[in-house]
Amino acid sequence: MDLAIFWFVLIAVLWTGYLVLEGFDFGVGMLLSILPRGGAAHGGPENRDKERRVLINTIGPVWDGNEVWLLTAGGATFAAFPEWYATLFSGFYLPLLIILVALIVRGVAFEYRGKISDETWRRRCDLAIQVGSWVPALLWGVAFANLVRGVQLDDAHQYVGGFWALLNPFALLGGLVTLVLFLLHGAVFVALKTSGELRERACRLASGLSYVALVVAGGWAVWAQVAYSATWTWAVVVVAAGALIGVVVATRRSREGQAFALSAVVLVAAVALIFGSMYPDVMPGLDGGPSLSIADASSTPYTLGVMTVVALILTPLVLAYQAWTYWVFRRRLSVRDIPAPAGLTWQRVKDAAF
Amino acid sequence: MEALDLARWQFAVTTVYHFIFVPLTIGLAPLVAIMQTAWVRTGNERWLRLTKFFGKLFLINFAMGVVTGIVQEFQFGMNWSEYSRFVGDVFGAPLAMEALAAFFVESTFLGLWIFGWDRLNKKVHLACIWAVAVAVNLSAFFILAANSWMQHPVGTRFNPESGRAEMESIWAVLANNTLWAAFPHTIAAAFLTAGTFVAGIAAWWMVRLVRTGEEHKVSLARDVYRPAVVLGTVTMLIAGVGVALSGDVQGKLMFQQQPGKMASAEALCDGSESANFSILTIGDLSNSCEGVRHILEVPGLASYLGTGHFSGPESFLPGVNDVQAEYTERYGDTDAAGNPVVYTPNLALTYWSFRLMIGFAVGSAALAVLALWLTRRGRVTDNKWFARIGIWAIPTPFLASSFGWIFTETGRQPWVVAPNPTGIDQIRLLTERGVSTVVSPNLVLASMIVFTVVYGVLAVVWGRLMHRYTIEGVPDVVHDESPEARTGDDTDRPLSFAY
Repeated sequence: MDLAIFWFVLIAVLWTGYLVLEGFDFGVGMLLSILPRGGAAHGGPENRDKERRVLINTIGPVWDGNEVWLLTAGGATFAAFPEWYATLFSGFYLPLLIILVALIVRGVAFEYRGKISDETWRRRCDLAIQVGSWVPALLWGVAFANLVRGVQLDDAHQYVGGFWALLNPFALLGGLVTLVLFLLHGAVFVALKTSGELRERACRLASGLSYVALVVAGGWAVWAQVAYSATWTWAVVVVAAGALIGVVVATRRSREGQAFALSAVVLVAAVALIFGSMYPDVMPGLDGGPSLSIADASSTPYTLGVMTVVALILTPLVLAYQAWTYWVFRRRLSVRDIPAPAGLTWQRVKDAAF
Repeated sequence: MEALDLARWQFAVTTVYHFIFVPLTIGLAPLVAIMQTAWVRTGNERWLRLTKFFGKLFLINFAMGVVTGIVQEFQFGMNWSEYSRFVGDVFGAPLAMEALAAFFVESTFLGLWIFGWDRLNKKVHLACIWAVAVAVNLSAFFILAANSWMQHPVGTRFNPESGRAEMESIWAVLANNTLWAAFPHTIAAAFLTAGTFVAGIAAWWMVRLVRTGEEHKVSLARDVYRPAVVLGTVTMLIAGVGVALSGDVQGKLMFQQQPGKMASAEALCDGSESANFSILTIGDLSNSCEGVRHILEVPGLASYLGTGHFSGPESFLPGVNDVQAEYTERYGDTDAAGNPVVYTPNLALTYWSFRLMIGFAVGSAALAVLALWLTRRGRVTDNKWFARIGIWAIPTPFLASSFGWIFTETGRQPWVVAPNPTGIDQIRLLTERGVSTVVSPNLVLASMIVFTVVYGVLAVVWGRLMHRYTIEGVPDVVHDESPEARTGDDTDRPLSFAY
């Protein structure tokens, strides 16, 4: 097989890894404002914070490792398709900048939230986690939908469409698709990783979100198929629709493991649809204008060969030890497990400073 | 300002900022791993307490390194797309390798380490922090491989058709002698940073506990903090020697590979044999070396740093004027736009950053000697000056690293990819040619402002957390976490709730 095409597929695989794994991280982050209950019937505001901590701790050991899939996808694009990396990152400047800031505040908020035991501090971190989850969940979809639709390039492979052209209706709907899919994926993950009331609530939410996803993602996919995509990706759309229906069935039967696998299948299908539509370009031209093809963008066969050896050795290893991490932390969490906040209070600092 | 200037400022700001957290991460991960190893092997609780104490500071720091690192990878494409087009075939490979070989390991195993205290068996848990320690150092190797190629491109040919650099041999890129000098230098500097950090904090704690005069506090100083002072200072001394030796090798390579950087490090106008190294200089360095007056000089030292000879014909060190003449002949006197090219970096910046790098590094090494003296043969000290010097010393290796990078990156100018003087045809790129052409100055300015604000806020949060967790001191050992006290029930906990 042509190495450049192999790398096009491999980059799709890396993005799949990213969207499937950080997809539920984003989902959990977004659900921070939706799932936890702090009303009198649920034990008051203390319960809300405990439920939030359950949610954050479900992804605690893994979110950073999940985010590395993005860095790997970016680095691999740089190595294997320098022209693609250069055109995409300079062309999609503003969305990427916003995503970067969102990922920064979100990551720091995860790590620092529990470090200071203070109500205001926790609220600020929760806000950062939520903004840092909602915004990229929307923007990744906008970016990828533009790659499906095609972008305005000049003959030198530079993106010349400007920022506002990226906010077309098809791309905005695409943003809504990733948002809903991540929300669903996160809800299923929470259902899989928690017990008690939180689990039941997450199950109900996941079931409802599946219908929403069926409408939103289904509508977008049909639009993509009719206007931009290849014939074979119809098969992918059918698989995704089937998987979404499967999520409803599985959550109703409390088979969260199956539901999670199925919502992951939906995301795999989304990547297949996106990359299938782009092929044989990495950045299709808008309305048949100049495009950047896989062949034009790719590195030399030597570099691709080197990177192939590296990727074939290391990717299975990464999958193995990341899978082991999920095995180690396989138990469900519940509010009963949550210990008292361990972070520093001013009082403790003062006491220590005698 | 033009997009070029803004993009350069942004790169400088985000990179120097990122590299505040990186050296501490690189050096502290192995030190924490050593502490935990000591606990696992001896069962002595002092090492567990130190592991938890410095481990927490390590985590607060690590988070900042992670989030600011993402910006670095994206920035090449966003602000420097033309650079990325030119070098991607070569430069992208080490970046991708870093992510696959190192970054995955460090982030995954750190997660296991943080949340796995109760779930993993003691030895497996220890292996996790060692995996992190090895991976952060491996990470540095790949990033320095990419950077060293910009300083001294090897293993590459120029493709006239595409106008791009193409990799000929990954082995040559990874065997670059510039890399094998820069890697030990950077790693040694990172260990110097972490050693100073551990020794400085432990020294401060030791002194204040001894000064209370209360018996249990003095014994805490003796049992827990003193060993940390010793660990930190021994690390500093070994690392300090490593920094000096590897820096010496780098100087000799720089003389061959980037004579302009060497000449401006000394603000040397015209070439000379037995060139002196000036410690203090006055005059206007900003535009040319003409107005410079060296005040305090060490005879022949600059020549020695570059050539290994103090005097004689072999000690000849070219000045910036020689380099300008030679480079003009080789690479032309105008750039693609027809503007004249000055092949001399900013003299004041190069000259002073070189000296500040050395000065700050020597400063922290001085603490190590003092500390070893004061803690000799089991002693603890109540010398409050020692505590102060300990705290003051902590920032010095950070500053030395920052100035080191400012020196090595600005000294390469006007090149972003410096030409290899032994000749690989056409593999060179002026910085001005690397900037993105489709990104407007306003957009770069906007992102510059956003990063400055976000980074500023985070710096305050980071500083406060580091400060507070430092003055909280070593935690008491929580007994249900030590294996002797562990009951069957504990393994039922799904994870250690760190968040």
